[in-house]
Amino acid sequence: MKELYNVSASPHVRSGVTTRSIMRDVALALIPASAMGVYRFGFRAFLVLLSAVVAAILSEFLWNRFVIKKKQGFTECSALVTGLLLGMNLPASVPLWMPIIGSAFAIIVAKEFFGGLGQNFMNPALAGRVFLMICFAGRMTAFTVDKAADGFDLFMNGASAVDGISSATPLAVIKNLEAGADVCGAVSLKDMFFGFTGGVIGETSALCILIGAAYLLVRKVINLRIPAAYILTFAVFMLIFGGHGLDMTYLACQLCGGGLMLGAWFMATDYVTSPITKLGQIVFGILLGLLTGVIRLFSNSAEGVSYAIIFCNLLVPFIERFTMPRAFGTVKAKKGGAAK
Amino acid sequence: MNKCTERLYNGLIKENPTLVLMLGMCPTLAVTTSAINGLGMGLSTTAVLVMSNLMISALRKIIPDKVRMPSFIVIVASFVTIVDLLIQGYLPALNKSLGIYIPLIVVNCIILGRAEAYASKNPVLPSIFDGIGMGLGFTCALTIIGLVREILGAGTAFGFKIMPAAYEPFSIFVMAPGAFFVLAILTAIQNKLKLKSATNGDAPVAEEPLACGGNCSECIGNVCTANRGLLEQIAEEEAAKKADAKASAKKAFPEVSESAAAANGQQEGGNK
Repeated sequence: MKELYNVSASPHVRSGVTTRSIMRDVALALIPASAMGVYRFGFRAFLVLLSAVVAAILSEFLWNRFVIKKKQGFTECSALVTGLLLGMNLPASVPLWMPIIGSAFAIIVAKEFFGGLGQNFMNPALAGRVFLMICFAGRMTAFTVDKAADGFDLFMNGASAVDGISSATPLAVIKNLEAGADVCGAVSLKDMFFGFTGGVIGETSALCILIGAAYLLVRKVINLRIPAAYILTFAVFMLIFGGHGLDMTYLACQLCGGGLMLGAWFMATDYVTSPITKLGQIVFGILLGLLTGVIRLFSNSAEGVSYAIIFCNLLVPFIERFTMPRAFGTVKAKKGGAAK
Repeated sequence: MNKCTERLYNGLIKENPTLVLMLGMCPTLAVTTSAINGLGMGLSTTAVLVMSNLMISALRKIIPDKVRMPSFIVIVASFVTIVDLLIQGYLPALNKSLGIYIPLIVVNCIILGRAEAYASKNPVLPSIFDGIGMGLGFTCALTIIGLVREILGAGTAFGFKIMPAAYEPFSIFVMAPGAFFVLAILTAIQNKLKLKSATNGDAPVAEEPLACGGNCSECIGNVCTANRGLLEQIAEEEAAKKADAKASAKKAFPEVSESAAAANGQQEGGNK
């Protein structure tokens, strides 16, 4: 009887979804792509991923313990996802201090300085990547893979070119093609789809990323709005301005190449730094597609996904303000007059 | 404390123009790519500041109130021109690296701020010391920012290599974003250590000591409002007590920090 009259505040029905379960799902979904990266680039890639993850978790722990003196050292699994994403955004050849510095920057400067989990204005993993990109541009664009290197030297200097596979990324190859040249001859679309090209650890295999994305879609962790708007806008932009007309191979190469897939499915959909309104999410995706296209085609660099995403992260508050849905029962305010 | 030394202390630490009052941000962020640039910028600003404070203070009874701003600008601009030509003549290397920021000292808000808040209401000698204090405060802050950026971003200090050969410079620190990082972290350290400053509750302790020294970021929504009221009350009482010119000099600055706080508040609201 007592239970029957127990009065409590709403909500009375809760879904089992927590930040921790979402982050666990994202981490699981990242496994295929990281496994592919490790298979492709060897044990080094695993070390890079591991040091990024450990550094991310450790910096969050140290910050919580010693700076803001919270009892709980770990907040959910978000540091793990941030570290993993950052590691996947680095070439396998980097020295191991780079993922450590990048993770520390991502967690402490991009996230904790602004209030921690849920308060960051910019995707921490991408902030870390861009920080490293600006600081050490040479190392971040050297996709040399060395499968045999020893301890300390590997930590300090990274992989050497000896005994390695050195190759330009397919996007760089495409960018340097003359207009109208045969794309099929320059790069292999099959390799790009399955992940046997140069690039950062997590971006090479479109297939593995799509497997992870499908898992997230089935689990309803992400929805299609942002990635679909992003990829469609980007494809249309490339068809119009790409200079290769209706060449589907070129288009497919642009879609599978570089960080587009990883960015669209895993980083643009970050809850904290994407709009909450449905219309806003579509606007966000369209802006991302346009910016990525502009950067890829009209700037010096072949790749523009990370800059496009962190730039659009900054626009999210404005997108949300302009796409806020009308509250039920209210009338749209007329120009010059207040809502009644 | 002697009035002149009090002015020096005020400019260097208590109301440090860069780290406490947040004035003159444009040269602070733009020219501090190396310690020597920061030092050069700071010293040229100090020279202009001392001379303009002297002149404005000496002419304060002649300048009509309605046209004081144009008059201040003319005086400041004359001294800036002198400094600019001297640097062009004797320090061409410094002139090249500071570039447009030397002529822009004319519109540096520290100089106009001191002219308006202090020099135009006080006798000549304290005004000179106010200029020296503020100028040295600015110079110290700029040199420290420049030094940190140079060490991290290039591995050198004042042009001498000090980091080990294995050190790979973080080139972001000599670019624009590095200036923001270093300034923000220095200001945070200044706040964290609760160095005695105008914004850290330097006011005399009342019956109830302030729990947090007026730093409201830690305790939004509880004792913060009461503390802030207390701080303002103390500031008002103090201002009323010292009916001399110093009171008006102090009054000008709560306004500055308040408007900065309002701008921050708007930004936060926008983010949400």
